[in-house]
Amino acid sequence: MLTFIIRRLLWTVLVMFVITVVVFVIFFKIPGVDPARAIAGRNPTAQVLQEIRAQFGLNKPPPIQYADMMKSLFVTRDLVSYSNQGVKVVPEIAAATPATLSLVFGAAVIWVVMAIAVGLAAALLRGTVFDPLLMVVALIGISAPVFWLGEVANLITQGTLHDTFLFSWVPPLGYNPFFQDPWLWFKGLIIPWITLSILYIGFYGRVLRANILETQNEDFIRTARAKGLSERRVLLRHTLRTSMITFVSLFGLDFGALVAGGALLIEVVFGIHGVGYLTWQALGNLDLPTIMATVVYGAFFIVLVNAIVDVAYAWLDPRIRPT
Amino acid sequence: MTGEPLLEVRDLKVSFRTEDGLVQAVDGVSLSLSEGETLGIVGESGSGKSVTMMSVMRLISDPNARFEGQVLYKGRDLMTLNPEQMREIRGTGIAMIFQDPMTSLNPVYRVGWQIAEQIRAHENVSKQAARARAIELLAAVGIPQANHRVDNYPHEFSGGMRQRVMIAMAVSCHPDILIADEPTTALDVTIQAQILTLLRKLRDDFGTAVVLITHDMGVVADMADRIAVMYAGRIVEQGSRREVFYDAQHPYTWGLLGSIARLDRPKPRRLATIPGQPPSLLRLSPGCAFGDRCTHRFDLCDERPPLLARVDGDHLDACHLEPKQKKELRETTIHPELIGNAE
Repeated sequence: MLTFIIRRLLWTVLVMFVITVVVFVIFFKIPGVDPARAIAGRNPTAQVLQEIRAQFGLNKPPPIQYADMMKSLFVTRDLVSYSNQGVKVVPEIAAATPATLSLVFGAAVIWVVMAIAVGLAAALLRGTVFDPLLMVVALIGISAPVFWLGEVANLITQGTLHDTFLFSWVPPLGYNPFFQDPWLWFKGLIIPWITLSILYIGFYGRVLRANILETQNEDFIRTARAKGLSERRVLLRHTLRTSMITFVSLFGLDFGALVAGGALLIEVVFGIHGVGYLTWQALGNLDLPTIMATVVYGAFFIVLVNAIVDVAYAWLDPRIRPT
Repeated sequence: MTGEPLLEVRDLKVSFRTEDGLVQAVDGVSLSLSEGETLGIVGESGSGKSVTMMSVMRLISDPNARFEGQVLYKGRDLMTLNPEQMREIRGTGIAMIFQDPMTSLNPVYRVGWQIAEQIRAHENVSKQAARARAIELLAAVGIPQANHRVDNYPHEFSGGMRQRVMIAMAVSCHPDILIADEPTTALDVTIQAQILTLLRKLRDDFGTAVVLITHDMGVVADMADRIAVMYAGRIVEQGSRREVFYDAQHPYTWGLLGSIARLDRPKPRRLATIPGQPPSLLRLSPGCAFGDRCTHRFDLCDERPPLLARVDGDHLDACHLEPKQKKELRETTIHPELIGNAE
């Protein structure tokens, strides 16, 4: 177990090194990018630009610049944004993380529960009209672009129907911290949660249905019936349990990507100032320190979630456990 | 045979609707099994032997399957029971072990857990008690260090050991009937003998009646009290082991007997084989299903021969040939080498 953790950590360090170098190199290879101009504001004189270059160390050779940036990102944690004067990016990301985690965790709960329900229902109703019906609905859910869904949801809940009894409870767009008002936090996030989870419910529901139908033909399911177990137990403890293996590995990938900033579109549409929103802004401003910090944050979460998935996977399927 | 049969199958018909038409997998099979008796069901792949016993257990959940006939277990017709009543019979009344031990155990649970699960599905015992019974059972089926192995996963066992686990699971609730569906087919020959010895021992110790499904005449020769030979969904011959082995009446049985390598007879140049392929169950001819492959076919074979006692009270067969003729033809079919040597 210890070697597993150490190997993981070394791997994480390597991944982060490669990612940061790639981001750094790409940034300075983009034509027309001059961070000094971004920092200086409108119509700077040549002398101002020179001063800024000296102040931010932009006149040093790129490897030194890279090392400086990593040092102020990881060690002194005082890396300063290029575009927002004086804003330190590490606290900025720390402040944006709760919003993203709230959004993604809530959506994940909804999509896991609903996808299991949809997958089970479709598999059990096989041969009736409900199975293809559910699968078509799921396909529509997968196909609908999330930013479009979000805008439609906003149009309905914030616009046309906002003043009716249906949606008058929906607070204005934006994130409300949990510790200030949990109820407001919940009300503000429920629409983004549903919007974000629809794609995944459809996708996971279809995957689970296929896996359940495949597992139902396995010999050990026949054995479970021959043992005299109830249909319910055969379904939940044998069929579903074995079918969840693919589901869990997919979940790890998607969940990690979303926490890492993949919920960007939802965050932008619903005005939730999370990490995705921050990345989106930083990309627009060519704000390298913020981009670098969000990339490192994202890589960290993806590696972390993958490690958790590996453990969960070994728990679900004893055949892959190291002996 | 003594008293009321434990299990009686009456005119069982099983068919499957497929894209190509109706497949008549089992076509009017009647069987009976007394307490403590061992019945061997022999036939090649697709002859309906497994489908018959799976239907007895009501384990075929294919929505395209149709069932007719009765399956009486202790006088109750299993075909009319509701799922909960059927669930109570599975495992306690009738238990089953399957052909492929590599895939018949759930790969994600420990073997002891899987045995205990069955015990706890039928009896109100604690987890600890069920686990203790699982260890006893594993030891009884010859798994060394059972108290340690109880916590292993199926993939940590060899094929033979897994089949032992399956057997331990099947006998865990002391069933009246154990259906063994080709229990040794997927195993090495040396392991086959061990598994059969184990089955025989359990049968003798617990007085369990056994239905042994196999395509191997050698397996039933060892163990069965009575033998039913199936071909294309029907029973073509049924009798005591002695009758089937020494006085076989049906040409298909002769073919099966001829395909056994025997050490107590002169060595044949090559083993006898049955020419041709089993018929498609989609479009069975109205005559004898074996007719196309039978070397003794004659006019009457265009009519389906009924399963009748033609030589003896309990010895049934479905062949139009006169018993006298059969006696002459039999030796030449089973042991052509004897004839050849005489010349």
